[in-house]
Amino acid sequence: MRGFARLVHAEWTKFRTVRGWTVGLVAAAAVIVALGLFPGMEGTCGTRGTGSECVLPVGPEGQEVSDTFTFVHRPLTGDGTITVRVAAMTGARPDFSGTGGEREGVVPWAKAGLIVKDGTRRGSTYAAVMLTGGHGVRLQHDYVHDRAGSAATAGVPRWLRLTRAGDRVTALESADGTSWTGIGTVRLTGLPATAEVGLFVTSPQFSEATGAASASGGPSRATAEFDQLTTGGAWQPGGWTVDTIGDPGGTGGPGGPGGPGGPDPGGQSGGGGERGPADGRPNGAEQTESGFTVTGSGDIAPAVAGAAGLGTTISQTLIGTFAGLVLVVVIGAMVMTGEYRRGLIRTSLAAAPRRLTALAAKASVLGAVTFVTGLAAAAVVVTFGPDILRGNGIYVHPASAATQLRVIVGTGALLAVAAVLALAFGVLLRRGTVAVTLAIVATVLPYLLSMTVLPVAAGAWLLRVTPAAAFAVQQSTLRYPQVDGVYTPANGFFPLEPWAGFAVLLAWAAAGLAFAGYRFHRKDV
Amino acid sequence: MIVVNGLRKRFGSHTALDGMTFNVEPGQVTGFVGPNGAGKSTTMRVILGLDAPDAGTALVGGRPYRSLSRPLCHLGSLLDAGALQPGRTARNHLLWIAHSQGLPARRVDEVLERAGLQAVARRAAGGFSLGMRQRLGIAAALLGDPPALMLDEPFNGMDPEGIVWMRQHLRGLAAEGRAVLVSSHLMSELQDTADHVVVAGRGRVIADTSIAALLQAAAAGRVTVRLGAPFVDVAAGVLATAGATAVRTDEGTLTVTGLPAEAVVSALTGGGVPFAEISTHRATLEEAYLELTRDAVEFRATAGPQVTR
Repeated sequence: MRGFARLVHAEWTKFRTVRGWTVGLVAAAAVIVALGLFPGMEGTCGTRGTGSECVLPVGPEGQEVSDTFTFVHRPLTGDGTITVRVAAMTGARPDFSGTGGEREGVVPWAKAGLIVKDGTRRGSTYAAVMLTGGHGVRLQHDYVHDRAGSAATAGVPRWLRLTRAGDRVTALESADGTSWTGIGTVRLTGLPATAEVGLFVTSPQFSEATGAASASGGPSRATAEFDQLTTGGAWQPGGWTVDTIGDPGGTGGPGGPGGPGGPDPGGQSGGGGERGPADGRPNGAEQTESGFTVTGSGDIAPAVAGAAGLGTTISQTLIGTFAGLVLVVVIGAMVMTGEYRRGLIRTSLAAAPRRLTALAAKASVLGAVTFVTGLAAAAVVVTFGPDILRGNGIYVHPASAATQLRVIVGTGALLAVAAVLALAFGVLLRRGTVAVTLAIVATVLPYLLSMTVLPVAAGAWLLRVTPAAAFAVQQSTLRYPQVDGVYTPANGFFPLEPWAGFAVLLAWAAAGLAFAGYRFHRKDV
Repeated sequence: MIVVNGLRKRFGSHTALDGMTFNVEPGQVTGFVGPNGAGKSTTMRVILGLDAPDAGTALVGGRPYRSLSRPLCHLGSLLDAGALQPGRTARNHLLWIAHSQGLPARRVDEVLERAGLQAVARRAAGGFSLGMRQRLGIAAALLGDPPALMLDEPFNGMDPEGIVWMRQHLRGLAAEGRAVLVSSHLMSELQDTADHVVVAGRGRVIADTSIAALLQAAAAGRVTVRLGAPFVDVAAGVLATAGATAVRTDEGTLTVTGLPAEAVVSALTGGGVPFAEISTHRATLEEAYLELTRDAVEFRATAGPQVTR
């Protein structure tokens, strides 16, 4: 152990006394910071005076949410039940085939059903049972929770029922109105005695990735015909009120960016009208002989970043990581191959003949200095980058302190482990150009390709199996199965979980270092 | 101090070491000579644990080099003076080596002074002349104050002044009681420096002897007799009768072996043969060396690629 400490000291002295290495590290940190703090993006949030600020409603569990829908409601004080049949569901989505119009069809996550909500304030607690465009019947509450019911299709009538008892809300569904199946019961701890209860329809921003870095999107719309509406319990007298929650043109409240009608702060999504698709039925509701026909656009769901949602994330402020990574893997490979090239490896091994200890000391020093470099650069970017983006009118999704810490530490660890992998390549190949090329091809190239030119599926595959999978540690917002988003690397979403992606790189580096150690231990130098 | 025993090493079909065996004793400079390709550098790399032998052992102070936790305190070595990171200063080069052995920075300044490099200590080693690099290499070898030193071709590329410095230095190190092994492909470089010589050829030791014994063996009782040309044949006959072998090597010169000089004088005097001069032959180290390595060199010249036994 003392031998190892001596060798770590020696390797540190070796590293810090070559100007090229230290300058290279400073340059790596500088490029990460520069690309993070001087972005080319500009947006409109807050730059057009009062009222243009981008503010998302925040759900009961602290996440930013979309809360835009058409609501036909009455107050219910105490316990009660509401039952309705969704007789028909139709919709329209933007058409990207070039005509610029729209075509018929319900988008998969269009929602029509019953909702219990704490008033009409956006972001308030709720529970809802709904028929969706392509995901059957669902019970959702408080934006992020989603439970599947039957796989009923939007074209077939479906009965839905919600029952409130205290802070519990129970959802049931039926194919015929007589035989009922329970979906589940959820608990809304913050629900006051008097809740707004009724029918709702909404239909989310429709988008599809057309390439690694491009996506087409626009608002969609859904219309549901509700009939056989019955209520039971302590309903307050009076008629039904229609509100378009979150729609700047409606009566539900002030305008905001949550829905398709909001501003487009990221500058990334296509389309976007004042209030949904320009032609066709406007959002709202009309009473029919047997019930209501309700048209809505928007979503009741967690807000996601990227082309399908809004704004950007701290992940994108760290876009310079790849450039820093190039420098770091060059240094990682060259600290080894430089010794081979000059014969200095013999001096090193004469001083430290226990080769595995020598290699471990070298890897430790390299890992430590590159970790600190990445950590410092990422800390600066994550701390100051979002404010600069916001100043430029870009909406940046906030991330929790834990997430920020993970992104910062993960960026340092990404650089460190990639540098050690490059070191292993240097030991195995002994030639600088070959080792550097291989290290860049393994770590940086897959990332760049999946960010730019590769089809989404091919890019996702690369980011699962290559060392570049570790870029997943920079993902700062969640993907939700109940929200169709453009979950591509360019939008800050990676195919693997953050630490799982890092584990892929770690496995590569461990295997590379083990193989390098085996060869290093045995081969003549 | 350094014990090399039965080293064998092959690179593909080429046998680099073929039973190399010798000891390096303390308090003297041991020359390690032989033609290029005799296995000197390979032997040194094996001693340092850089190359693994196919058979045999090399021990430093009784232990394999790779088992030493602070090896530079047991054996200082200089294999390649050019093995430097050009951008690193001389002092920093020594500093990382010192740190690897747990030695204080003070040792660095001591060896810099001993090698006469204080003035250039903070200059990048990439700009050093070969002579300065050799001095830096010596300084590095001395960092751990080791009882044994091993230098591969330290005179290569040195100017006459540097060679004088190196010789004095090596003698001084031996005088301090250290074992010093110095390789060279030129025997003449070791004249006046080495006390002992290990002559290598074809991967094995051809001779392992003191310099004095080597010179004596090369001279081996040869006596040169100069005399008038008409008496050459008579003298040869008289000496043959006395039991010596006399060969005419020049007009009026006989080289006599088998009899000491006094016996030659009495035999010629007794036979009534007049002679002008009798001298014992003085071999140079180079001659002795060439004599010893002739076989090895010839073997290479005529049958080099055959060595596949």
